[in-house]
Amino acid sequence: MVTVRIHGRGGQGVVTAAELLSTAAFTAGKQAQAFPSFGSERMGAPVMAFCRIDTRMIRTREAVTHPDVLIVQDPTLLHQVELFAGLSGEGYVLINSTFSLDELGIGEFLKSMPSDHVSVVPASDIGIKHLRRPIANTPMLGAFAALTGVIDLAAVQSAMRQKFPGSLGEANAAAAKDGYDHVVTHPAGERSGKDHARAN
Amino acid sequence: MTTQRIKFYQTGTYTAGNRLLDDEARTVQSRPDRTNSLNSGHRACQGCGEALGARYAIDAAMRAAHKRLIAINATGCLEVFSSPYPESAWQIPWMHSLFGNAPAVASGVAAALRAKGHDDVKVVAQGGDGATVDIGFGCLSGMFERNDEVLYICYDNEAYMNTGIQRSGATPPFARTNTTQAVGEAPGNLLGTGKNVPRIAMAHGIPYVATASVADLHDLEAKVATAMGMKGARYIHIHVPCPLGWGSDPAHTMKVARMAVESGLFPLFEARAGRVVDRTKIRRKVSVERYLELQTRFKHLFEPCRNDEAIAAIQAIADEHVATYGLLESEGL
Amino acid sequence: MRAQIEGSQAVAEAVVLCRPEVIAAYPISPQTHIVERLSRMVKGGEVGRCQYLNVESEFGALSVLIGASAAGARTYTATTSQGLLFMAEAVYNAAGLGLPIVMTIANRAVGAPINIWNDHSDSMALRDAGWIQLYAETCQEAADLHLQAFRLAEELSCPVMVCMDGYILTHAYEPIDLPDQSEVDSFLPPFSPVQVLDPSDPISIGAMVGPEAFTEVKYLAHRQHLRALTLVPDIADSFEQQFHRESGGLYRAYRMTDADTVIIALGSVIGTIKDTVDELRDEGIAIGCLKVGCYRPFPAMQLRAVLESVTRVIVVEKDLAVGIGGIVSADVRMALNGLPIPVHTVIAGLGGRSISAESLKHMVRDARAERLSEPYFLDLNMRVVDEELARRQEERQAGPLAEQLIRAVKAIGTKVV
Repeated sequence: MVTVRIHGRGGQGVVTAAELLSTAAFTAGKQAQAFPSFGSERMGAPVMAFCRIDTRMIRTREAVTHPDVLIVQDPTLLHQVELFAGLSGEGYVLINSTFSLDELGIGEFLKSMPSDHVSVVPASDIGIKHLRRPIANTPMLGAFAALTGVIDLAAVQSAMRQKFPGSLGEANAAAAKDGYDHVVTHPAGERSGKDHARAN
Repeated sequence: MTTQRIKFYQTGTYTAGNRLLDDEARTVQSRPDRTNSLNSGHRACQGCGEALGARYAIDAAMRAAHKRLIAINATGCLEVFSSPYPESAWQIPWMHSLFGNAPAVASGVAAALRAKGHDDVKVVAQGGDGATVDIGFGCLSGMFERNDEVLYICYDNEAYMNTGIQRSGATPPFARTNTTQAVGEAPGNLLGTGKNVPRIAMAHGIPYVATASVADLHDLEAKVATAMGMKGARYIHIHVPCPLGWGSDPAHTMKVARMAVESGLFPLFEARAGRVVDRTKIRRKVSVERYLELQTRFKHLFEPCRNDEAIAAIQAIADEHVATYGLLESEGL
Repeated sequence: MRAQIEGSQAVAEAVVLCRPEVIAAYPISPQTHIVERLSRMVKGGEVGRCQYLNVESEFGALSVLIGASAAGARTYTATTSQGLLFMAEAVYNAAGLGLPIVMTIANRAVGAPINIWNDHSDSMALRDAGWIQLYAETCQEAADLHLQAFRLAEELSCPVMVCMDGYILTHAYEPIDLPDQSEVDSFLPPFSPVQVLDPSDPISIGAMVGPEAFTEVKYLAHRQHLRALTLVPDIADSFEQQFHRESGGLYRAYRMTDADTVIIALGSVIGTIKDTVDELRDEGIAIGCLKVGCYRPFPAMQLRAVLESVTRVIVVEKDLAVGIGGIVSADVRMALNGLPIPVHTVIAGLGGRSISAESLKHMVRDARAERLSEPYFLDLNMRVVDEELARRQEERQAGPLAEQLIRAVKAIGTKVV
């Protein structure tokens, strides 16, 4: 089983991200469970969503306290919420930012993790490029596919096309691809989203 | 020369069913084929205004609906005295659910009828002032704003009578009830409290709102017939004296009701879509005292000494109604 | 058709498949997704002549359905927590009048303090009102139970609550198989009311019943309600035959053969408990679990029969009877009355606190070693509690408890729970 925890703020599509991830896994023939952890509807409040992916039926309902994969859609949460609580040493980390890990102040903290398990992705910028708004969730899911290999890009894109009709679905699929490509073209050791941003 | 007294009967009097009237102008109550929806044998008090009002109103509604009517009743005097298990005085489909939900239950019946395509069946909801003005107010407002297909009839005897005469939001100023006793610095119900639900109904902009009284049967039946011929949410507020709660003679129920109308204290009017469109003029205006003196719930305004201020305040309310609704005007509004 | 969808959406689609005629609902977290979806489908003309009323309160919602059901319509609503309590009078009324209304309870804690997360205090508060109570383990089961609920309600003339954990199930995405309309039509015939408001055949409903007949009326209602003990398994079997999956039923046993310890629970936590059972079994502990699917009527005899030879029972429940302790455990104790089987009460998950397999395992070990207090509060923060209790010894403070606690604890909210 792979457990994923996604952090962000209300309005950033964190819950949708978990939903899409679970749909992608379903499309790829796996079992998946996604659910949110939040309070009343309010933009800007910290939100978490969880996703479990497995080959067998998933029965547990507890919150994901030991994520295998951490997706951080909003880096302003980094020093406010205990984002990394329970993250396994072999886990994966994806952060939406144009800054480097050191600039974000967590370079030291994540030093112990395998370098090819951590990626900083300029997902908001990718969102602006394809969707004209800083929508980070779909690019991050593409990046997830590349970084972890749990599901492939095609499954992620299929989930997006199912959820969003017509051109919106295509735009999200393209954004996912860019997120995927970013991880692929910034191999182990590269810990900054800056190059992509500068290239634009 | 021998003389013989000849009695002349005039049309347009207060009497029910006059043989000099055209058939169509006669009241439902005067007809042999009236449905007696609320049949005799119920357990109401002698002289109960509400039993009278309900009988008039529902028979009129049944005629207008070609006997295809369902009635929903809130908890209260009417419900209690008409359905003493295992008997029922109702000859029509009738349901009682709770005290505060008659408007909502009626909305539900109307929705079910609509879902099933039974367009010919109509829905009436009824409740006392307590159920309508206070505890059922939220549901009533909801029914109004959704414009549900329900005619709601409020029988206003101005207090919670079934539970032993306690004050409601419809209790008039200075009236004695068992929770607004005639003691202390301000005996009776406080001046400046209470709500005018007919006006609140109008503020919802519903298709039809009317006030009526058991004193004027023709008027009451006509208003029910008008309402039944319309669509959407409709509201009729009927003034019904309660001899027990008001401390009036059971034989004087009609007289008391008439005094309320003729003094101006209970104005009879109709409104459509939030605007008053018609009213019943006062035939012979009387001072409010003629009304108050018939009821011991106002006795403390006269004994041990006259409370001129209170009586003047009540008169002022009556005068304001006369002005607002043009109750003495010779022409229209 | 099998798809990855949200629990709420699955429930809405299942309800629509049951051909409801009148729906009235008032929005309240976490039920909103269900009623939003239903209103969209009705408004879009996907539900035939079904009427959807946006009502002014939950009391209004159930009242509307009381009228509609009495007039012969198939009716549905959903609510939770504060909303369920707001309609409490109507809940008793509907049961007393024998109206086959189906209502989803998106289980949520009842305030004060206000809390929007999951526990069972809401449905537990109305467990004795005369409604049948079914509890769903998964989103699939939540959807399936609505089909079974309408059939059950209409056969018995008794309203049914389908309870599903708020957020945990309502807002979870998982694979769900929804049947097609023709399959549902075979399973659920049109509503044929026992008595109905009809001008062609007038009746009076809702009379006052005095001391001379009230007891008999209640006794008969109780007898009628108990018929569900036969009907629930029958309908579950019928469902399985038609839809080829296990769903519903009075209870389901998991790895209970030769178990000396059995955990009993309601709702979604059973999933976590099954994982816990597997892990403990791997350690050699003879443990199983039992999901109660139908809580009212309470399957006392059936539970007694299946638990007779067990050494101990642990009831994990998401509710608390203030002033006494467990609610479900009390019913279980009654069912096992006379048998030498200790029943432990474990209060867990209140106000949405996550129940982990880790904590459950520790608890089981403590129970087996007879170290468990009674009742036992899973994951209770003793430090915070002790500090507050000590503080109260010093100063007298009246008023809201939660606010007093915040003063002592100072920082709650940034912690990832």
